[in-house]
Amino acid sequence: MYVAVKGGEKAIDNAHALLAEERRGDPAVPELSIAQIKEQMTLAVDRVMSEGSLYDADLAALALKQARGDAVEAIFLLRAYRTTLPRFAASLPVDTAKMTINRRISATFKDLPGGQVLGPTFDYTHRLLDFSLMADAAEAPRAAAAPADDAAMPRVVDILNHEGLIEADSAPADAEPGDLTREPLTFPAGRDLRLQNLARGDEGFVLALAYSSQRGFGNNHPFAGEIRLGGVEVEIVPEELGFPIVIGEAELTECHMITQFTGSKTQPPQFTRGYGLTFGRNERKAMAMAIVDRSLRAGEFDEERRFPAQDEEFVLGHSDNVEASGFLQHLKLPHYVDFQGELVNVRALRAEAETVR
Amino acid sequence: MSETGYNFAYLDEQTKRMIRRAILKAVAIPGYQVPFAGREMPLPYGWGTGGIQVTAAVIGADDTLKVIDQGADDTTNAVSIRRFFQKTAGVDTTTETAAASLIQTRHRIPEEPLTEAQILVYQVPIPEPLRWMEARESETRKMHALTEYGVMHVRLYEDIAHLGRIVKSYDYPVRVNGRYIMAPSPIPKFDNPKMDHMPALQLFGAGREKRIYAVPPYTSVVSLDFEDHPFEVQTWSDGCALCGATDSYLDEVVIDDKGGRMMVCSDTDYCEKRRAAGHLGPMSAPYAETEAAR
Repeated sequence: MYVAVKGGEKAIDNAHALLAEERRGDPAVPELSIAQIKEQMTLAVDRVMSEGSLYDADLAALALKQARGDAVEAIFLLRAYRTTLPRFAASLPVDTAKMTINRRISATFKDLPGGQVLGPTFDYTHRLLDFSLMADAAEAPRAAAAPADDAAMPRVVDILNHEGLIEADSAPADAEPGDLTREPLTFPAGRDLRLQNLARGDEGFVLALAYSSQRGFGNNHPFAGEIRLGGVEVEIVPEELGFPIVIGEAELTECHMITQFTGSKTQPPQFTRGYGLTFGRNERKAMAMAIVDRSLRAGEFDEERRFPAQDEEFVLGHSDNVEASGFLQHLKLPHYVDFQGELVNVRALRAEAETVR
Repeated sequence: MSETGYNFAYLDEQTKRMIRRAILKAVAIPGYQVPFAGREMPLPYGWGTGGIQVTAAVIGADDTLKVIDQGADDTTNAVSIRRFFQKTAGVDTTTETAAASLIQTRHRIPEEPLTEAQILVYQVPIPEPLRWMEARESETRKMHALTEYGVMHVRLYEDIAHLGRIVKSYDYPVRVNGRYIMAPSPIPKFDNPKMDHMPALQLFGAGREKRIYAVPPYTSVVSLDFEDHPFEVQTWSDGCALCGATDSYLDEVVIDDKGGRMMVCSDTDYCEKRRAAGHLGPMSAPYAETEAAR
């Protein structure tokens, strides 16, 4: 005798309880605070804010805690929260030329107005495990502070622009940018939507695409024109005031990749741009994004589209890790009905094959 | 606002309005995939976010909701989605097909015929029936616009040429209202005939792919076939082992490690109703006894 299993509701409750217990881990170890995650896991928080499309370090830290450190799960939590928030204003475009610089480097000029500022970077660290971090530090490390430099830090692309050596910014200043979280994405997408998609896109996916185009699955020989990291003021124009007011500061990483272009029938030889931008500190993502942005502009420069990184439908359709993770993992849901259909099919095909033999 | 701190049925009213507009357009053009600005839901993509958004947009406080996955009310994801609406909309829920005004489903159409007073909401993973022949959305939209469906017929014909039959057993393509070819979602082809001239409104939501489409009540839905290879549905040699039904879609349950199998109704409500009415299958204890054992 068989009684159909009726355990779904109870199983879910028990699974949730077990998950909560495992998230906490050994209760003898002090619980992580949101402040600790926000202050000491900053790059994880920055990634979750960027791909979660929400600039809120406290909530990103909370999401990481709840997700047990799983970045994609934390991004999903933040996105699902973000989608419920009302839109009360759109900010003015931020001016990264006026950024308070934390780090600024250019690989294309030895020196330039404002200079090279190395800032906090892993770049020249030797990747040796620092066993002293296993013990509680007696004293917090401190770096020597230099007086703030008020010298202007014009963007490298703007310097090149004086000579007309680089293409002009393609978007007209007054164009209203699209928002793929409010409007369905259709193809061909504009560069605004492509950049939004890449900014939200999975870091690993964007990195791999950029890498593929560097290795020959693409036609991209970029120079890191400039990478800058720092704070920018975010302004809105409230309707009742009619003039911009600053509502806060956001930390951003910006990358301009510069690619040589030999010219076409309609365009003179010049350098072309690829653009990357992330919340917080994430140079790897910003650089990769800039390379993929330029790859996707193949059509604008009469370049043959032959590789994945140049293919808008391929890149934009598969960059979102919340979508990808959900669809991949839905394979865990029951498929008995479909599988039964396939069983009927395969048995019938086998029976036919038997009779033929 | 309900006690959860979220709007009724989770989505804000602006979003519901946007989805309702997409639904109205979908009903006006049966089988046409309407792009909509799908939102990120608190459940994962691929787990019914399209169906959930459609349900959230059409559900009212006096609706009675039924949620099934694989025909069953008790599969974990069906439980999860039903709870979501209990929590965010506070609506009554039911497992009885006839008692529901709104049914959200994954992979099945209930066996019991639906009525004009009901709406059936399908969860859709891949809304584009031409996707396996053409990967690009920009191309498939053109093909639909031009009614350029030759590739689909070729695909079905190739099955016959190679294998002697059309081997598509679920998500079997249909033509709606004589115009658009539509993916019925991964329901078994057994369920396809139920879609034709169904009195209930059928709504399809694909959250990840951000598409909504619809079949209005009493609209023709024809499964694609050939004159010499007419469309046919799955059949089994025996009926349901529990209720004896021979007219329902059966699931196969492995009962031992020696190849033992039993076939049971995939529609759990249908099966229970039949057993309550005294129908018995070869492996069933009398209904009252199984209920008591619970």
